[in-house]
Amino acid sequence: MKIKFIPITERNRNMSKMTMTQKILAAHAGLESVTAGQLILANVDMVLGNDITSPVAINEFERLGSKSVFDKKKISMVMDHFVPNKDIKAAEQTKRCRCFAGDMGIENFYDCGEMGVEHALLPEKGLVTSGDIVIGADSHTCTYGALGAFSTGVGSTDMACGMATGKAWFKVPSAIRFVLKGKLNKWVSGKDVILHIIGKIGVDGALYKSMEFTGEGVRELSVSDRLCIANMAIEAGAKNGIFEVDEKTLEFLESVGAKKPVVYKADEDAEYERTIEIDLSKIEPTVAFPHLPENAKTFGEFDDVKIDQVVIGSCTNGRYEDLEIAAEVMKGKKVADNVRAIVIPATQKIYLDAMENGLLKIFIEAGAAVSTPTCGPCLGGHMGILAKGERAVATTNRNFVGRMGHPESEVYLASPAVAAASAITGKISRPEEVID
Amino acid sequence: MKVNGNAIKYGDNVDTDVIIPARYLNTSDKKELASHCMEDIDKDFVNKVKKGDIMVGGKNFGCGSSREHAPIAIKESGISLVIAKSFARIFYRNAINIGLPIVECEEAATEINDGDKVEMDFNSGVIRNLTTGKEYKSEPFPSFIQSIIESGGLVQAVKDGKF
Repeated sequence: MKIKFIPITERNRNMSKMTMTQKILAAHAGLESVTAGQLILANVDMVLGNDITSPVAINEFERLGSKSVFDKKKISMVMDHFVPNKDIKAAEQTKRCRCFAGDMGIENFYDCGEMGVEHALLPEKGLVTSGDIVIGADSHTCTYGALGAFSTGVGSTDMACGMATGKAWFKVPSAIRFVLKGKLNKWVSGKDVILHIIGKIGVDGALYKSMEFTGEGVRELSVSDRLCIANMAIEAGAKNGIFEVDEKTLEFLESVGAKKPVVYKADEDAEYERTIEIDLSKIEPTVAFPHLPENAKTFGEFDDVKIDQVVIGSCTNGRYEDLEIAAEVMKGKKVADNVRAIVIPATQKIYLDAMENGLLKIFIEAGAAVSTPTCGPCLGGHMGILAKGERAVATTNRNFVGRMGHPESEVYLASPAVAAASAITGKISRPEEVID
Repeated sequence: MKVNGNAIKYGDNVDTDVIIPARYLNTSDKKELASHCMEDIDKDFVNKVKKGDIMVGGKNFGCGSSREHAPIAIKESGISLVIAKSFARIFYRNAINIGLPIVECEEAATEINDGDKVEMDFNSGVIRNLTTGKEYKSEPFPSFIQSIIESGGLVQAVKDGKF
């Protein structure tokens, strides 16, 4: 029995009422319109994988019996998780990816020395534009929604079938609309916004839904802040996070040489499951306590928490703007005794810019370790693993049990400003406690 | 298609880091992954699980990473079915794609206890707790998804010409 993806013609009569996400899905499925719950088969613009998810995808691709990929330009493989290779097995996995990419002629293959953390690298290389559909075998693929793309995490089998066919099946999501107003205060950033939101709605508060960000507050957010917010949409269980496209988005896309953007805007009468208003000026520095990203607290809601390690980096907060904030806090100061601070610029370009502008000097002179780009400690891979009973403040995105090492270690998620301040004081702190 | 076995029960938000920690992701070998399944939440799991056993979870089962290694480890360990109040979306998709049967049934997930003998008939969607005698009806999957699971996964379904 062949499965057919039949457009539901009854619903198609109603041409409007689509969310931004639904419009992108409809366009890529060759449909006039779609409604929440509908199953569709859509063309994708980019298929992404890394060094731990690609090997499984390659196994499945071979099982499929495909001899070539659907489009050599529309696949990216970024060796970022256990690279520079942490052990023999990791080296074997990366080698398998390298050979496959070579055999298939995959253009966007990023190896040690060229690579960066995938979700910081792809925007920088101009590989995603507004209106695209991106599927990635990594849950934080939702990051590119900041650029007005429909972008979602999938598994390795979806990656394999995507590489072979250039298509993926989707169940059309309904959406939660976030209307932003006001602007962020000093030392408050996108990370605090998204931790606040996840704290409010829970780790399954947006399960299967789109998180659509709109309102006058959007234009007050930098592209970097939007990337951070969209990056953590998955931590609320969302299918995707997506921002309205504005001048800032278009300027960014032009600056990185991305393809011509296709801008979609939600219909005026689009239907949302709920609408949440966020006043950016009321957001405070927020920390997610172990062991769920929804365990959000603001200063004043907890007593002193002494820490052993600080990690500043990752696809969530490893961009230049993040390092700049951390350097502003740490300049001329010293990392506290008994604290290990690790700074990981997310791409080679960011690393170089940070070097040329004196940021790395600030970190090193403060007593922090500065690393080549890698996902490393974020997922408990390498480059900063925690021992039993240790605590880390990290600008990463997840703090489940054992996330950064021993099952009895703890991870506290925070912004670069809070992470940097905490490195100086040795306990979870705000920059105001450190800056004179 | 029917499955039956003993229930192994967990709580809410069972995440992919506890299902298969990242330190084991430098392999894609199914048996190796299965040998570390649930390690950071239940060291005993790999010793007690028997082929056919049924994993029971709360809400948001499988949240976190997209790592397909998670449902692979569960399936290879011998688990024949996962019943949960709700599934995280990437895990849900991955489980279907690799042919690991999953079902959302809030009542069953709440009332089934660790160690109960449970069976499920996929055609009728009925879950039967043989220990308590109670029956639960679950929402059947759309036929296209059933077809993928019955084929043993997405790749096989594509090879069989179902797409």
